Parts: sequence; C-alpha cells; structure tokens
Amino acid sequence: MSANIFIEFVINVLSMGSLYALIALGLVFVYGICNLVNFAYGEFITVSAYVLYFVGTFTDLPWWLVFLIAIGSGALTGFLSELIAFRPFRGRSLDALLVTSFAVSIILQRSFQLGISPRSRAVPVPDFFNINVSLLGVVTPLRNMLLIGTTIILLIAVLILMRRTSLGIAMRGASENFVTARLMGVPANLVISIAFVISGILAGVVAIFWSARTGSVEPMMGSGPLLIGFISVVIGGMQSLVGAVVGGYVYAFIANMLSLTLPSSLLSFRDAIMFVIVIAFLVLKPEGLIRGKYQEERVG
Amino acid sequence: MESTSIFEVSGLSKSFAGLKAVDNVSMKIKTGEILGLIGPNGSGKTTFINLVTGMLEKDAGRITIDQHNIGEMQAYQIPVHGLVRTYQTIRLFKHLSSLENVMIGALGVGMKRKQAAAVAEDLLEELGLSERRDAPAQGLTFRDQRLLEIARALAAKPRFLLLDEPAAGLNEEETDELFALLSVMPEQKNIGILIVDHDMRLIMNLCNRLHVLNYGQTIAEGKPEDVRRNPEVVVAYLGSEAS
Repeated sequence: MSANIFIEFVINVLSMGSLYALIALGLVFVYGICNLVNFAYGEFITVSAYVLYFVGTFTDLPWWLVFLIAIGSGALTGFLSELIAFRPFRGRSLDALLVTSFAVSIILQRSFQLGISPRSRAVPVPDFFNINVSLLGVVTPLRNMLLIGTTIILLIAVLILMRRTSLGIAMRGASENFVTARLMGVPANLVISIAFVISGILAGVVAIFWSARTGSVEPMMGSGPLLIGFISVVIGGMQSLVGAVVGGYVYAFIANMLSLTLPSSLLSFRDAIMFVIVIAFLVLKPEGLIRGKYQEERVG
Repeated sequence: MESTSIFEVSGLSKSFAGLKAVDNVSMKIKTGEILGLIGPNGSGKTTFINLVTGMLEKDAGRITIDQHNIGEMQAYQIPVHGLVRTYQTIRLFKHLSSLENVMIGALGVGMKRKQAAAVAEDLLEELGLSERRDAPAQGLTFRDQRLLEIARALAAKPRFLLLDEPAAGLNEEETDELFALLSVMPEQKNIGILIVDHDMRLIMNLCNRLHVLNYGQTIAEGKPEDVRRNPEVVVAYLGSEAS
C-alpha cells in the first residue's frame, strides 16, 4: 500500500466512521435510558434533511442558520415523538414501545411521500462543503474534514455533559438503573425527554453531512443510516456510548478495508461480506466490543 | 431545637392476584426514633416499603409526611418530601464512582452540582469511604457497598430513612459497625428510621419500637421486650407448637 493510498484510507475511515459514530450514538442514547431500539431514528434524520431542503431552498438565510434550524428540527422531532408517541406507552411492555417506534417510522415515511413527494429533492449545501483540500498529498472534500472536526467537538460535548454536569450524572445513573434513579428523585420524564432531544440533535447533524454526501433527500432516506447505526452498535455494543462510537469507526474501517482489498470481481459482495461479519459478531461477541453497563431494569 | 416530623401510614393495602400482600397496615414514626418492621419471610415487609416509596401502586391507604400526602405522588417526587430508602439487594449505580453515586441522592432532591458534591464528600468521609470516592461502586467490598447505599440515601437529606435488610450479607463485626452507625443517626441527623431485618440481635438492640407483620397484617406493635413475649409473634416465627 502506497503512502497516498494509506492516507486516503485513513481519511475515509475517519470521516465515514465519524458519521457512523454519530448515527450509532443517537440510537444508543435512547436505548440506554429506555431500553428502546428506536426504529424511527432514521426518520428523525429525514425530517432534518427535509428542513435543510426547504429552508435552504426557499429562504435566503445564511447557511449556519439553516444548519441550526435543521438540527433544531431534529431535536424537536425527538422531543415530540417521545411526548406524543412513546410516553403514553411507557411503563407497558417493551414490545409496545418497539411497535410504536415502527409506527412512528411508517407514519413519518408516508407523510413525506404524501405531503412532499415520493421523489428525491436536491438539498442545497454551502459551496465550501465541496471544495477539495489537499492533506499530505491526498485530495479530499472539505466536508470530510468538517465532519471529523464536528464529530470530535460533539463527542467532547457529550463527554462533558455526561461527566461534568448534574444532568449527565443523573442520566448515567438512570441509564444503569432507571427505577432506582427515579426512586432517588431523578425525574423520569425530563431524563427521557432529554435523551430523545440529544438523539434528535445528533440526527440533525447526521442529516447535514449525509445530505451533503448524497446531495438529496427522499422519504426512505432514513433507512440507510438506521441500518448503519444498527450495524455499528452490534459491533461496538448496544449498551455503551463509547461502544457506539467505537462501533461506528470499526464498521467504517472494515467497510473501507474490504473496498481496498477485495478483488474487483468480489466488490459487489462487499455488503454481503459485511453482514457475515456482523452475524459473526452476534454469534461470537453478542455484547459487542465494549461491554455495556446497562441493566435490564428500565422504565417502569 | 429541631422540628419533629411525622411519617404516618394508615390503612395501607395491596393485593397481588387476590392475595393480600399488605392488609390494612397503619403505623406512625417520628423523627428521632427507630422503628423495626419485622415478620417471617413473605409477610409483606418489603412490599410495604415498596408501597410507601411509590415503587408499587397501593390499592388503598394514606401515606403522609407531616401535611404532605406522599401516597398520591409519583415515585420521583417523594425524596424531596423527605423519604428515601435502601434495598435488600444492593442497587448501586455500579459503573459510577462512589462520589457520583452519593451525588445522585443529592441531585435527586434538587441540589446544585457543587452542593451535591460537597454533601457527598462529607458523607463519604463520615462513613469512612473517602479513600474509595473515585472507585466505581462495583469495585467496593460488600460492606462498603452497603454503606454507600446508606450514604446515597442520606445525601437526599431525608427526614425518614427506610432500610430494607441493611445487615443482609454482613458478618457479625460488620453488623456491629452498622449498629454503631445507625444507633446515633436519628439524634445526630434528626431523622426517623424504619428498618426491616432478620437479624434479631440488631433489631432488638437498635429499635425503639417494633411493628410485626404476618400474612400482610399487623399482629403486634410495641417495645422490643414486649413484642418478643407476644404469643402471636412467637407462633408466627416459630410455628404453632412453640406457643
């Protein structure tokens, strides 16, 4: 492997891994508190992508404000879905919550199809996103560097939130044993709402970089990142925030390594090989690379 | 002079599939005293604690602290009104540090982070756990985990502390330490303690009064020496041939 190919490989792993890590983190935030695998998470991303499309296309607002509005819409989607859809079923079975997440996902998908269009729409992104920059002799779009930088900032922010704030300590306690935290006075509704809002904020950030990469948004757009998020947490561990991040980067590493090393005749089987690896993880290391801390007792 | 609070339960009942786990139980505790809740296995002691702390929903009854009707509150609202508990099976946040565990007790009743940290530091010092402040709770010895649970509960600055089998799993020496700690607590902290335990030596020496349950019903109340001689209590513990 030449130096240039190696550097390109590293940049690809770091940029793709950053995106995957953010996706997985959004899933695990909600899972950690509610034990809910949120199948509607992909649609949180789609909502933000559509907001990017509408606000970016039909207003003259500066790009940073468009981004903030898109991220805010993700947060609002997370908050409202918890308030309207999930909260009424909390305290019942986890199956009910799971079915609710499917329902939210389908309702949002159909709403996009009927209310907007089944066809994809071009999402405007700032020009500087597509500027190519040279890094150690390798040319790469600036958005990749921005993605890596944004992810580092968000991971530090999450770390500070969880380690250095009252809310973070309460959330970490609640994620380990929700019932006990609640009996110690930690308010259930607040902690769960905030987990959904954080998940929505991460979905909003993912929407920006995912749309920048694909250039468009369509009603079923969320299924791609959702699948990636699931694979990442299977690899890294569903029960740990660190595991989710590690899983995202490991997934990107394996995917890029396969692209780099597979002969061209086998490249079309890359995803199939990827899924075999995921199945192997499920069989051999079902808890993922990072052993989680969450217990079985959850929202009661 | 510190004010006296009263924790009062009247007519508390709970059934599971028709089986009365707690049947019309009433009791009253004041700050400054220790009440022992005893009874054979399955008599409803832990269910009683689960009911008054909001972990289970009651079928009937009234639970108050002073004028506050905590029986109608959500579980998370109860600690701020002065009632917290520990657990028969230790329920610490295992991956959080000792300090963070105790802080959650303080944060849960609305203290700010700095104040919560200061309260937690003081309690860890008081209970001899300072050296383990940054260690994850799961790395502590069983004795220290028991003490940490008590510290976490005390961080909420409760008026009433419910201890569900705090001596379970402790050896004799550790139980004596626990006795020394608890015996001075009501006066030092102006709190009332309701303790459930099977260690009769601890219960008889520690408690001002006893309340005995059997099949969910109150069968005796009074001073330990009187309850010990109560024929109904003897039968409940030892069987009918003992009477």
